[in-house]
Amino acid sequence: MLSLTIDGKKVEAEAGWSLLDTARQYGIEIPTLCYHEAVEPFGACRLCVVELRQGNNSRLVASCVYPAEQGLEVHTASEKVNNVRRWILEMLLSECPASSEIREMAAQYGVKTTRFEISDPEQECILCGLCVRACAQVVGANAISTVGRGAQKEIGSPYLTPGDDCVACGTCVTVCPTGAMSARFERVRGVPAVVMARSVKG
Amino acid sequence: MQVTAKDTADLRLGSLEELEQLRGELRAAEDPDQTRIIVCHGTGCIANGSAGVTKALKAALAAAGEDIEVMPGIKTTGCHGFCSRGPLVIIKPKNIFYQQVKPGDAEEIVQKTIKAGETVERLLYEHPQTGEKIETTEDIPFYAGQQRVVLANIGQIDPTKIDDAFRVGAYAGAAKALTNMEPKEVIEAVINSGLRGRGGAGFPTGIKWNLAAKHEGGQKYVLCNADEGDPGAFMDRSVMEGDPHAVVEGMIIGGYAIGADTGYVYVRAEYPLAIKHLEKALVDARAYGLLGENILGSGFNFDIRINRGAGAFVCGEETALMRSVEGKVGEPVPRPPYPSDKGLFGKPSVLNNVETWANVSRILDKGADWFAGLGTEKSKGTKVFALVGKVNNVGLVEVPMGIKLREIVMEIGGGVPGSDHFKAVQTGGPSGGCLPWQDADLPVDFDSLIAAGSMMGSGGMIVMDDRDCMVDVAKYFLGFLEEESCGKCFPCRLGVPRLRETLNRFSKGQGTVEDIDDLYSLAEAIKAGSLCALGGTAPNAVLSTLRYFRDEYEAHILEHRCPAGVCKDLITYSIDPEVCTGCRACARACPQNAVTGEKKKPHTIDESLCIRCGMCFESCKFGAVQVQ
Repeated sequence: MLSLTIDGKKVEAEAGWSLLDTARQYGIEIPTLCYHEAVEPFGACRLCVVELRQGNNSRLVASCVYPAEQGLEVHTASEKVNNVRRWILEMLLSECPASSEIREMAAQYGVKTTRFEISDPEQECILCGLCVRACAQVVGANAISTVGRGAQKEIGSPYLTPGDDCVACGTCVTVCPTGAMSARFERVRGVPAVVMARSVKG
Repeated sequence: MQVTAKDTADLRLGSLEELEQLRGELRAAEDPDQTRIIVCHGTGCIANGSAGVTKALKAALAAAGEDIEVMPGIKTTGCHGFCSRGPLVIIKPKNIFYQQVKPGDAEEIVQKTIKAGETVERLLYEHPQTGEKIETTEDIPFYAGQQRVVLANIGQIDPTKIDDAFRVGAYAGAAKALTNMEPKEVIEAVINSGLRGRGGAGFPTGIKWNLAAKHEGGQKYVLCNADEGDPGAFMDRSVMEGDPHAVVEGMIIGGYAIGADTGYVYVRAEYPLAIKHLEKALVDARAYGLLGENILGSGFNFDIRINRGAGAFVCGEETALMRSVEGKVGEPVPRPPYPSDKGLFGKPSVLNNVETWANVSRILDKGADWFAGLGTEKSKGTKVFALVGKVNNVGLVEVPMGIKLREIVMEIGGGVPGSDHFKAVQTGGPSGGCLPWQDADLPVDFDSLIAAGSMMGSGGMIVMDDRDCMVDVAKYFLGFLEEESCGKCFPCRLGVPRLRETLNRFSKGQGTVEDIDDLYSLAEAIKAGSLCALGGTAPNAVLSTLRYFRDEYEAHILEHRCPAGVCKDLITYSIDPEVCTGCRACARACPQNAVTGEKKKPHTIDESLCIRCGMCFESCKFGAVQVQ
């Protein structure tokens, strides 16, 4: 067992646990968006960042992917940590204003409005990639992926056309933290060949 | 070109002695006093038409052939660095330096210099201050201030001919390492040399190797990062184009040191000439048994593959690069695990950039002590910079670490056109920062640059003058990073566009001083919260310009004024009637027909029609057009 401290509390972790695993074992709250027990941690949303302090040095790491190590001093809600969370949430408010989940989470951090421009009031997708990872790692279908890069990034099927790779299992919809995948589902799922044949025959 | 087994049978070198014997024979066969014509075939000179110059010189030589006692050869080489003066032609052995040579000059060069031994005055470089004509390479200030270690052979050798590389000592370092040293001794030598990674972060190279070497046995990899993506940077391209064997040799040494049998060069597909020369170098190295099985009889097996990058800036990031080589989407992954433990295909891997690998070759050849004697205490060796922007001598320079910024820009670079100072020098590419004229005496080394809020980066150096607006510059780099962010982690994908959104408001004269505090806070969140170094350093452009040019930001916000006269919403163009001669140059240049006035009488600009493109300003020879 590894012993470390989280928010001043002495905790023990098994080798291979992440800091998030360890914190949750002790009931210490750390917010996450791109994390799900069913898939490999990804380290993308950065809401789960925690501060590691060693002497005068301090840095932030994503607790979902950072392994528990002997002697670590972890702070889950320091000012440095909360500054990152507040900014991410405020930017998400302008990025995906239609998501009530994001609004609730932001409110918990005192973020009620955004100073930034809203380009798509209907947007819910936060691009956490959970749908993509669930499709690949849980279902094994690999029917969707992220398409494009940076600000142009979106979730879609190959060539952004509905395909037969999707088995319509709905796993992506289930893991989606904001419900954005429900609206995208029809654009991913191809019309089964047999249905096509019937409709052509009329 | 594929070399068949039959061809290679005769060429394979079985030992260090055989390599040195071949080198000796090649050197003996070449008379150092023979007249030779060197034409720069770096990408810059080719773009300026050097291929046509070579052709014309060949024709002129052939025409004059009978009269010339010893027929001089023409050698085409990699980049000589003085790109703004291309095409360059150098006549050996005297090193007569001809610049901006045109095909039409070939006949005169052959008749005068080759046949009669005279120089062609008008093709010589003219000292910008004294006006004196300078005859040889060594005496030109651009070259005199440099110290060439990595670039030493570039411009001397034909990069497509391995014989040429052998003559200047190629593979001597690798032969020494493989034949006379244990892998751990090689690592010790690199540690003792003090070499730090030239790709940006400056991590000690030998220590990185040690981390991968401690995994005993099993598959390991070495990789070369040739995905040079910083705007205006072309150091690595020039090394690959001009001396590809230095990179190959460095990777052989690295592979031997850590126990890897395979190397990958990840080079951007936008570098076709570099790829061509690298491919040729690999074919030749294989033919001589310097790659493949049992290299030089040492029992060490190693080969290199080339991977072409599809032009994503983020793929220059270590972990993203490895994902891309694996055929996956080029996105960074969190560390730990570190690549030295689990890198390419999950195996221990070492990634260094082109310049680092080239340095490794030199270190093993000339010794760790020699290298440790160059540069400063904590930044050993030299650094190659791509000097661009508002500077007289645009080109590639190599200088000892610790040299002052002033020396690079004002002496080697020949200063700023029309000014006795620079406003700012941007180092470190999009991840770096802008250093002001007050920092002109800053020593250029890893730690001083970091302390000043910038970074060494891979060696881009962009010089700016008083006509560059620092808010606009910060916006440009943020725009670049916004486009190149992979979009995986939220702080970078969401934060960089929001920083730019804020600066956009500033350049329209909107915003408040409180916005500046918010910028600091958001920048801190992006730095601390991002997954990889691209996001972690993305706010540097804003932070460094705020640190040194805060008054310029405040002028935009509080006075709605752009002091540099760049931000279109905040400037007006006018014509000084006292100075205007009525020459009509501005009126002809104006795309809006906003300039009116009679010939030879002062003109005026109709502000309601003006789109602030600056064409009038550029076209006025008398300085009558003013921007405020």
